[in-house]
Amino acid sequence: MLAGYHMPDLTDRNWLWFATAFYLAGFVLGALALLRERRQSQAVIYALVLAGFVIQSIGLYERGLAVKGCPLGNTFEIFQFTAWSAISLYLVVGPTFRLSLLGFFTSLMSAVLTSVSLAIPAWDATRRIGAFGGNSWIEFHAALALFSYGVFALLALTAVMYLLQVFSLKKQHLRGLFAFLPSIRDLDHINLRLLLAGVMILTASIAVGSVYWLQDLDKVNVAKVVTTLAVWATYAVALGLRLKTLLVSKRFAWTCILLFAAALLSLKPVNSSRQPLPAMPPASVQR
Amino acid sequence: MSEPAATLFLLGASHRTAPMELRERLALTADKIESFHAALGSLQGLREITVLNTCNRVEFYGVADSPDSVARLQETFCAFQGLSSEAFAAICLQAHGRAAIEHLLSVACGIESQMLGETEILGQVKDAYAEAQTRRTTGPVLNRVFQKTFQYAKHVRSHTAINEGQISIANVAVDLAMKIFGDLSSTRILLLGAGDIGEKTAKAFQSRGAASLTVASRTFVRAMELATTFNGTALPWEHVTEKLGDYSVIVGSTAAPDIVVSTADVVAAMKKRRADPLFFIDLALPRDIDSAVAKLENVFLYNLDDLAKIAEQNLAARTAHVALARQIVGEKSEAIWKQIESQAGGVFPSRHIETAAQKKI
Repeated sequence: MLAGYHMPDLTDRNWLWFATAFYLAGFVLGALALLRERRQSQAVIYALVLAGFVIQSIGLYERGLAVKGCPLGNTFEIFQFTAWSAISLYLVVGPTFRLSLLGFFTSLMSAVLTSVSLAIPAWDATRRIGAFGGNSWIEFHAALALFSYGVFALLALTAVMYLLQVFSLKKQHLRGLFAFLPSIRDLDHINLRLLLAGVMILTASIAVGSVYWLQDLDKVNVAKVVTTLAVWATYAVALGLRLKTLLVSKRFAWTCILLFAAALLSLKPVNSSRQPLPAMPPASVQR
Repeated sequence: MSEPAATLFLLGASHRTAPMELRERLALTADKIESFHAALGSLQGLREITVLNTCNRVEFYGVADSPDSVARLQETFCAFQGLSSEAFAAICLQAHGRAAIEHLLSVACGIESQMLGETEILGQVKDAYAEAQTRRTTGPVLNRVFQKTFQYAKHVRSHTAINEGQISIANVAVDLAMKIFGDLSSTRILLLGAGDIGEKTAKAFQSRGAASLTVASRTFVRAMELATTFNGTALPWEHVTEKLGDYSVIVGSTAAPDIVVSTADVVAAMKKRRADPLFFIDLALPRDIDSAVAKLENVFLYNLDDLAKIAEQNLAARTAHVALARQIVGEKSEAIWKQIESQAGGVFPSRHIETAAQKKI
């Protein structure tokens, strides 16, 4: 039966719109529960996010087939891949850490990242075929780097949750959304773990990339390398300061949020600095 | 058409109908309970019975051959407790059929509790039913009524906010500590002063898993006494300032006329704690903790007024859900009653009997 089954004729963007709808549904469901001051069904939100993730994976797979490689060739693909990375991490750490509202915030962030990327056609106007020149190591480097951005995205979310909880306790606003936030200590612990994981993954990505760069220094784009190393260095410094307890509490949370904003902004120069490669027309890809 | 005589009934008194002095007289204390059950055994026409006996209520739920049997139960109880039938009639709750089920479900949900929505009552109802089962005084009707009541009480609690948020000062303080530290089992708590309110708060912390309690009082012997009751330790008063940073939660409840913990003390303590938050609960009047510490990063301060305000808000939120809870209780009681009627094959009267006293419910 399964052998005879074939996927519906949907474009990659169609799949990605469907995935966005699921993420949005998770957010709306969570928001409704919060408005009614009821505890959210984490299982339902997890199921919606999981369904969105599966559909998004299909969309990105379709796009990968079309561009003959990991779909990281333009801003649209980078936003989609970052959201996908954050979701995949949530699906793993969510049940482990059992942080209430993490599913709600993750679905919100993914809905925003994916819908914004879909809503701005200019971000997907040019598709780069074989953006990594068929070099699987450099493709692995790029995928790892983007995955670390997904980790940092999740870190930014938990940092926001930390700040909300501090605000709630300091200002004594304890009802509504604030009633369901995880404890400050739990959020602080997960922030540190996510930062550690993100820095390790980004370090691995840079290590993989450096092997390729050292082999062919002429192909190295200085602007890209400097930007990437700057992002890595700032996160590494933040981690060092946190481990030495010189950067703690609200300042640490704000640092995580601002660093993620800076990391997202850095994607533009990194992306535009790539050498020109054969481009593909903007029409959506069909199977 | 003649009405079948057998009846499912509720008979009793609660804090809603009887003042404390009368409830004290009605309570079935441990030394009385055996002989009372022996007296029940000789009552004619009593098919099933469960006794719910708590500090706020004595209620009998049962199945009797006729209303006369219920009247005999009332006489027996009054005689046993040395109370006149007239005095009991003035305070008694009585309901039959569906109304009795509705009352039991309301009690199990905490709607009828003195502290609205409290959860302890459900455990007490379960204990009462378990005891009745042990004594073999339940039968098919009460078994179904109680089992369904437990199921629906859980439904009401999970579909309304009737038991959400704490409404006692001590429990509000513990909830706040859990918002900061999560699990309290590894959280160190320092109690400044050995007064009543501090003791209640310490008890609340211990009941929610806090394992490390330290008491500091100007009178070291008193600190030792209180610490012993909590399996904790005592700290000499003169060491409080230097040890402040070793604790995560500090409860102030001294009778000192001035500030006991200054901002400078807390700044010094936070240097020791670095990333760990510090939570002050100031239950003293005049206050023990300098209010300026609330402005420090990673330091949280709640005083008596703050906690009382939160408790009031929580109570208001619970009260706002009473109407919804009652609506669900009504629907579920109807469902149980229909099952009982069909199970009994028309043995029970289809309408419930209301007495003047029952209208107090």
